[in-house]
Amino acid sequence: MTTTSEALEGLPGLEYAPRRERGLVRDALRRLWANRGAKVGMGIVLFFAVVGYIIAPLLFSYEPRTDRDLPGRLRPPTREHPFGTDELGRDILTRISHGTRISFTVGLFAAVFALSVGALLGLISGYLGGFPETVVMRVMDVILAFPALLLAIAIVAMRGPGLNNTMFALGITYIPIYARLARASVMGIKGLDYITAATGVGVPAYRIMLRHVLPNSLSPLIVQFTLNIATAIIECAALGFLGLGAQPPSPEWGAMLSNGYKFLTVGAWWALLFPGLAIIFVVTGFNLVGDGLRDALDPRLRRGV
Amino acid sequence: MTSYIIRRLLSLIPTLLGVSIIVFLFLRMIPGDPALALAGEHATDANVERIREEFGLNKPLYEQYLTYMGKVLRGDLGRSVFNKRYVTDELRARFPATLELSACALMVAMIVGLPAGIISATKRNSIFDNAAMVGSLLGISMPIFWLGLMLNWFFAVRLGWLPSVTRLDSSIELHRITNLIIVDSLLTGNAEALLNGIKHLILPSVALGTIPMAIIARMTRSAMLEVLEQDYVRTARAKGLAERVVTFKHALKNAMLPVITILGLQVGLLLSGAVLTETIFAWPGIGRWLYLSILARDYPIVQGMALFITFLFLMVNLLVDLSYALVDPRIRYG
Repeated sequence: MTTTSEALEGLPGLEYAPRRERGLVRDALRRLWANRGAKVGMGIVLFFAVVGYIIAPLLFSYEPRTDRDLPGRLRPPTREHPFGTDELGRDILTRISHGTRISFTVGLFAAVFALSVGALLGLISGYLGGFPETVVMRVMDVILAFPALLLAIAIVAMRGPGLNNTMFALGITYIPIYARLARASVMGIKGLDYITAATGVGVPAYRIMLRHVLPNSLSPLIVQFTLNIATAIIECAALGFLGLGAQPPSPEWGAMLSNGYKFLTVGAWWALLFPGLAIIFVVTGFNLVGDGLRDALDPRLRRGV
Repeated sequence: MTSYIIRRLLSLIPTLLGVSIIVFLFLRMIPGDPALALAGEHATDANVERIREEFGLNKPLYEQYLTYMGKVLRGDLGRSVFNKRYVTDELRARFPATLELSACALMVAMIVGLPAGIISATKRNSIFDNAAMVGSLLGISMPIFWLGLMLNWFFAVRLGWLPSVTRLDSSIELHRITNLIIVDSLLTGNAEALLNGIKHLILPSVALGTIPMAIIARMTRSAMLEVLEQDYVRTARAKGLAERVVTFKHALKNAMLPVITILGLQVGLLLSGAVLTETIFAWPGIGRWLYLSILARDYPIVQGMALFITFLFLMVNLLVDLSYALVDPRIRYG
């Protein structure tokens, strides 16, 4: 019996390349790595992570309550203070770098919270159908019918300003997106033979959902999750700007902007410019990674559109 | 078509009821006694009791809700706890400001976003495409309040080219009919007010329009790219049609469907953005007002506005669905 490689031997210019088995994850990662935008995005996110979690705590000593220098307040950028100083004479670069951790935490927590609750609701309602589905999806519609930021403002106002409530409030407003995505995936998979087979041999519903349905609906959820971190960071800053998020003296970027804004009339543009740029960079980073993941995970887009 | 519209309108009722119930319960879950908050710190027990009586806060929840809904159905969305003004009156005064701002923002977004998306798709991987896509990526990654502040600082404070706050200079007299400055100044032939009103609109519209602009550009581009690969586009080219005809007549019309969907979704974004934009530009619209009412725990206003906004949002969605039929003859509602 001739194998494929033997059959190809006589043919000039053709070499037999054994097909390498590649897992879904490795395949997606390879495509992600081949995406220039995604690489830039990962670089940006990594850069800020290193600055926020390693460089800032090690190199920029910072004590938000006492670290002030009133005579040196509102100084434009100099060699000593590359991003200038704020209204209490605090170094803006130091504050921005420490603020990174806040933005990352809020973004991650809000997205994780929304993902877990939303995906669970979507899975259950999509799988069970009927009355539970109607109730859950109606409630989701109601939440979606309200502008996200206003809803978040209302929740924070109800529970009191602060970072924890900000995360919670933002998380709630994102739940419907995940519920819809998860439900849509379940609806697509539910009728397939292997699910019927699994049900037929008596696999319990929760196991079918976790083992068979969830992995198959992960792609859109992962993409949404990454993009969601970006949105959460912007909206956390918006709440901070409105005075509902992190409270002073926290170096949260939105709160820094709201402070800097007050001193714009005296020409302190640096107090506004740099925290804003930090937000733009980090959010762009997460958006790039999200876009790259979408291209890598969504088979319909693999042609490179 | 008509029966479809009627069915859709009827299906709005459960959602609106849901919203009213959720908002109603939500506001009453706020920690603290609203009557106490209204009466102030040094109120006597009798005072608190009187307020509870006045606002019906001593009645059972379902009764409070039914009373409220009864009024809503008669067109009374309630009145402010603090200045006693009717929500509907406030809406009449403030909604035009938000409407005018949002409409201009959406216009800015479409005027820039649509052509940018179309050109990017037809000249794929060109310098223009790359620049437009980097620009729109930055656009969706930018906090709009930051953009608003920077624009305000640069063009209004630093250069002094444009006014920074409010809808109209206080020195300008304008007879208000619709309370839309542009419409009113056109109706009364007031050129000075028209010019001034437009100047006031520029910065807030750009700030508010940036995110929709970026989203529209991205969406148009990817929808166009998909359509341009279709067989009928190749056929159109093969039979020798001008590229311009292929792009605009064959491709663009078919690419519009997802773009219209996205346009509809911008309404929520515009309302969220209005809170921030109106704050920065001291714009007397509903966004800022609702935000302040939420903070002040002015229940009736928040309730009434929540209903109004949801209604608005659902109506826009309905319009979006109906417009599909206009763009795509394959879609028929019946």
